[in-house]
Amino acid sequence: MAKKKFVVGCFDDEAALFPAVKKVRTAGYKIHDVYTPFAVHGLDHAMGLRETSLHTAGFIYGITGTSTALSCISWIFTKDWPLNIGGKPHFALPAWIPIMFELTVLFAAVGMVLTFLYICQLGPFVKKHHFHARATDDLFVMVIECTDQTNVDDLRGFLSSNGAIETDCQIAEEGWWIGKYDNDDMPFENKQIVVA
Amino acid sequence: MASLRTQFEVPGKMKTWSYALIGVGLVALVYGMITKGFSSDEHEQVHFWGTLMYNSIFWTLVCNASMFFISVTTLAQAGFTQTFRRIPEAISTLVPIFGIITFAVLMYVIFSHNHHIYHWLDAEAVAKDPVLKGKSGFLNPTFFVIWTTLTIALWSFLGWRIRKLNNEADEAAMNNETGAKFILRGTVRAAMFTAWFGLTVGSTIPWLWMMSIDAHWYSTMYSWYTFVSSFVAGMSLVALWVIYLKNKGYLELTSQEHLHDIGKFMFAFSIFWTYLWFSQYMLIWYANIPEETIYFKHRVQGAYKGIFFFNLIVNFLCPLLILMKRSAKRNYTLVTFMAVLIIFGHWVDFYQMVMGSLSKEHVTLGWLDFGILIFFVGMMIMFVSKALASKPLIAKHHPYLKESIIHQV
Repeated sequence: MAKKKFVVGCFDDEAALFPAVKKVRTAGYKIHDVYTPFAVHGLDHAMGLRETSLHTAGFIYGITGTSTALSCISWIFTKDWPLNIGGKPHFALPAWIPIMFELTVLFAAVGMVLTFLYICQLGPFVKKHHFHARATDDLFVMVIECTDQTNVDDLRGFLSSNGAIETDCQIAEEGWWIGKYDNDDMPFENKQIVVA
Repeated sequence: MASLRTQFEVPGKMKTWSYALIGVGLVALVYGMITKGFSSDEHEQVHFWGTLMYNSIFWTLVCNASMFFISVTTLAQAGFTQTFRRIPEAISTLVPIFGIITFAVLMYVIFSHNHHIYHWLDAEAVAKDPVLKGKSGFLNPTFFVIWTTLTIALWSFLGWRIRKLNNEADEAAMNNETGAKFILRGTVRAAMFTAWFGLTVGSTIPWLWMMSIDAHWYSTMYSWYTFVSSFVAGMSLVALWVIYLKNKGYLELTSQEHLHDIGKFMFAFSIFWTYLWFSQYMLIWYANIPEETIYFKHRVQGAYKGIFFFNLIVNFLCPLLILMKRSAKRNYTLVTFMAVLIIFGHWVDFYQMVMGSLSKEHVTLGWLDFGILIFFVGMMIMFVSKALASKPLIAKHHPYLKESIIHQV
């Protein structure tokens, strides 16, 4: 729950966005995030985002599921409550493999969804600040995080000269919070000011 | 586009190597034929013809899997294959050649009435056997010969039509209208091949050629299992040729993105192979009916135990653990290693499927198997490189080419 100062630049064209992202990065500014109406191929590379570790997490969840199933069933059928089923051995591995497989998939799937929601800060009863409402419609919204040294006017001019059709400066929550907009002290004090 | 190296020239070294491999293989083949194939000892005969059978069937199905890959990606309107599509096309030109070899071997077995290989060829035994009698509508020499002829002829013919159509994309640029027409024609031809493929590799042919060795035993899973085995080996073969050509400086437009997709096929179908392996095994293990468990008796508990589980390690555990990571599928060295391993693993799989039934007590894996394997590898290298050199490596006017160039995973 930390409020920060952001400069927001809006682009109406994918083709203008890519060079702008590159220039902003080479100029040394820190891009908080870029909000787009649809998934843009190659934008993650342009922004310099590292490859996700979600699949590694998925592997660990999957292994957890496999070992949970195996240890649970083998304990039940050999120690806790051994049953003679069709004369098969108590440790009947082939019969357990479908269940081990199912639990692997279940753990991996549920675990990855929850991890994904956590990383993206999404979820029920949770809110995040919207930098521009039209990011869900037709605008590509680049958000730059300001430091003490950042000259906001310079930065906004820089964005405009690189094809931004709209820029503004906002002080906003950077992360998520539990609640609704109207119940919270919302950071609306800096209303958007349109340049040009 | 002008600066691309689209004309493959077969390097002299490759020619020498392929001739050398074929030469060594031929020596093994002829020596085996004299000492075993035409010997008076039945065991030796069965050993030789069985070995020849599984090798020729394996390589025919592997090469045919390339055409299946082309057909299926065409039907799915997948664009990414275009930059390297000439490689599966070149591999599939082997189907008639290996098909004729397979045909000759199978016909020899049928017409020499070798009932030690196909028990159902023994008319007297069939007459006394209610199970074989019930199957005699399917398992009889006439149907076998007709269906085998049709199968190999139609694989070759339908595949040739698909390759022929794609040659048109070399010649003239297409506009929207002619391009759409071209895609539609390709789709129809691919659909015809896929339907015939499903009727043969997907169902009847593995039952007829390989499963009928255990004349009393049956498994509906068997054909799918055989198909996946050959398909995953076929994708590995495509990967090997892609990497070879990349190393030689060809296929500039094919990148790690395409390799990643081929790697995904290798990974996914290895898992699918295991799924079928396990489904077939578990149902039989669970039901525990003697007439079904007989197939696994000498494989799980007898002489073939080592090979049977080696098979599972090479074809399941290795691809699962090694190819799982994204970076592994984009790594040329690792994909090369895994492709060789997978082709070898599925060759061993075919070995145990055929020889595990023909020579139940003894594992026969030896010089003859590797000699014939070398013979087929040499033939494969020679004919595929010739086919690659006969056409440009990229059909430059194909409507999906651009989609393939900018392909990103």
